[in-house]
Amino acid sequence: MSAVANATIVEIKDLHARVAGGAEILKGISLTVKPGEVHAIMGPNGSGKSTLSNVLAGRTTYEVTQGTVRYLGEDLLELDPEERAVRGVFLAFQYPVEIPGVSNVQFLKSAYNAKRKHEGKPEADAVEFLTLVKRKVKELGMDDKFLSRAVNEGFSGGEKKRNEALQMSLLEPKLAILDETDSGLDIDALKAVAEGVNRLRAPDRAMIVVTHYQRLLDYIVPDFVHVLAKGKLVKSGDKSLAMELEKKGYAGIEASA
Amino acid sequence: MTAPTLPPNAELKNVTEQAYQYGFETAIESDTLPPGLDESTVRFISAKKKEPEWLLDWRLKAYRHWLTLKEPTWQNVTYAKIDYQAIVYYSAPKSKKDGPKSLADVDPELLKTYDKLGVPLHERAALAGVAVDAVFDSVSVATTFKDKLKSLGIIFCSFSEAVQEHPELVRKYLGSVVPISDNYFAALNSAVFSDGSFVYVPKGVKCPMELSTYFRINAKNSGQFERTLLIADDDSHVSYLEGCTAPMRDENQLHAAVVELVAHERAEIKYSTVQNWYPGDKEGKGGIYNFVTKRGACRGFRSKISWTQVETGSAVTWKYPSCILQGDESVGEFYSVAVANNRQQADTGTKMIHIGKNTKSTIISKGISAGKGQNTYRGLVRVLKGADNARNYTQCDSLLMGSDCGAHTFPYVDVKNQSAQIEHEATTSRISDDQLFYCRQRGLSQEDAINLIVNGFCKEVFKKLPMEFAVEAQKLLGVSLEGSVG
Ligand SMILES: Nc1ncnc2c1ncn2[C@@H]1O[C@H](COP(=O)(O)OP(=O)(O)O)[C@@H](O)[C@H]1O
Ligand SMILES: [Mg+2]
Repeated sequence: MSAVANATIVEIKDLHARVAGGAEILKGISLTVKPGEVHAIMGPNGSGKSTLSNVLAGRTTYEVTQGTVRYLGEDLLELDPEERAVRGVFLAFQYPVEIPGVSNVQFLKSAYNAKRKHEGKPEADAVEFLTLVKRKVKELGMDDKFLSRAVNEGFSGGEKKRNEALQMSLLEPKLAILDETDSGLDIDALKAVAEGVNRLRAPDRAMIVVTHYQRLLDYIVPDFVHVLAKGKLVKSGDKSLAMELEKKGYAGIEASA
Repeated sequence: MTAPTLPPNAELKNVTEQAYQYGFETAIESDTLPPGLDESTVRFISAKKKEPEWLLDWRLKAYRHWLTLKEPTWQNVTYAKIDYQAIVYYSAPKSKKDGPKSLADVDPELLKTYDKLGVPLHERAALAGVAVDAVFDSVSVATTFKDKLKSLGIIFCSFSEAVQEHPELVRKYLGSVVPISDNYFAALNSAVFSDGSFVYVPKGVKCPMELSTYFRINAKNSGQFERTLLIADDDSHVSYLEGCTAPMRDENQLHAAVVELVAHERAEIKYSTVQNWYPGDKEGKGGIYNFVTKRGACRGFRSKISWTQVETGSAVTWKYPSCILQGDESVGEFYSVAVANNRQQADTGTKMIHIGKNTKSTIISKGISAGKGQNTYRGLVRVLKGADNARNYTQCDSLLMGSDCGAHTFPYVDVKNQSAQIEHEATTSRISDDQLFYCRQRGLSQEDAINLIVNGFCKEVFKKLPMEFAVEAQKLLGVSLEGSVG
């Protein structure tokens, strides 16, 4: 086997997590994601999908009580959220946050330059950056006006999700975690966002696509599908598992697990 | 209204704890009066400045009136009692002749001070667009761009110089907006004011550059009593910038300035302040007391006065830049960002007094409280009987960082004319963990995230500042809120 095939993007082993002082939410998750792979994690509401996504991104609300996560050879859990981000971990939020008074373009530029700084590159030239970001805006079927609006303020659900996709395509992450990116999207927006995600698929990148419904997986076709129930991955398979879920529902899968 | 107590936010806490960066002191020999205040002090100051008889009489009248007044206690601030006899009322940097003729004559120590503060005067002279009248230890020591302004008939000089060169203008306008009897600190200032700036813009002249003064406090225990008088004659325009940072020190220092603005017919005055006096250490020790009276009179038809202030310093701030809208269709504006961190207390706001018909005022106040800071907005909108169709819009937003700070809003409205339209909006918010995490997930450090969010909160005010000042204001805001993270 070649070195590339051997490498892993992220290796999660027996991960347990809880809200500090609360009951355990993640109860022993193990998952290995290799370059080029797209993993779908499906599960009913409350099964721990967002918790897993947030723990990987470094949200301090959650406390890891057991297990390890290695990311590109490093101990991911030791890194601050911003350190994870500049190393290529990107979380597309289920509920993107509003930042009043801060223009989208200013926010994008700050994020873009933070990553460049980490890579030892100079800050992006203003004109160059604007050209780049406008191209990305167009690719996602968005309007330029989007850039001058305050971050997520007064955005519709669909606009917020497109905005997440815009940030992702600009930051070109190594590991993209999409938390219910399909929720609140109409079919056009869903297609535009999925296209944006698919454009990012590359042999050296990986994605974890978290979703409740298999609809998104018609557009972002996963290599693997895992079912999360009550904080555990109870079943794994290929994309046919998503179809099975669609037919049987989660109750059936949980029962047969 | 008082903001509810909010849950603690440990992440924010250490970020908002940071020592004052610009703490240093310049060793310049001072020509200093011993501490204490009586009539002879007033006479000494007046004599030292070779003032005319009428001005000495004016000072003495103010002093005698001050003796009858009591220090105000209505503000929402507490501070150690001020011993007015322990204050030094006059101190001037020693000069070889009668003052420097050019930058080459300026004390090199002083120039170094400005360098440390990032105000390289010699560069500024070259950077066309900004004229600097630097006030240091109560006496102006450097002035630039005078000739250019002179050719337009604009007078921009130290107050003392104006007393000598343009006594008729000073006599006509001094105390005409803030009378000596106005309040305790204004009376004190009128008695002992040391120096300040004077601006006169003649009819029809649009001042082609921002007029800028950097205030500094330096000599030990010297109360600073600035006096600024700015007159914009008919159809003139002027933009004035005032800013400061100050050396680290131990004793509390009183600063009681008076600023008077007069706008005649269709004249426009824009007065911007970025204020960063030493706020005291974490316990509030050693900070500046800033009790300032700032007022503008819109005397003429369609005149306009706009105050923009960014207040990040001082241990205690007491400041209400106000507009008296006398002329019909005159306009008053107040845009403010006030920060109270650690033990800082800020009680600021504005008064808009509508007298003329169709007068309009706008108030945008952004208060940021962090640490144990207490931020109070106090505003008065008064519409007199004859002020038909007066309009006011007030917006007061408070941002809280952590659980030990407070935001308070006291909007007073007094309307004597039924045609008035008064609108008031108020919000209280705090930087949420969600916002911080969202920014950090995009690669921003905690400090950068806070900076970004706070600057977004202040945007409506910052965009009113002249460009170069807006950049400085953002930096100052960063300095006063960012911390020892990383
Ligand atoms: N911050 C939190 N505080 C308290 N409980 C939480 C928090 N986050 C998640 N939980 C609980 O953990 C469980 C999993 O939540 P979540 O990860 O959001 O599920 P999903 O994204 O799959 O719907 C739920 O029972 C939820 O109530
Ligand atoms: Mg979720």
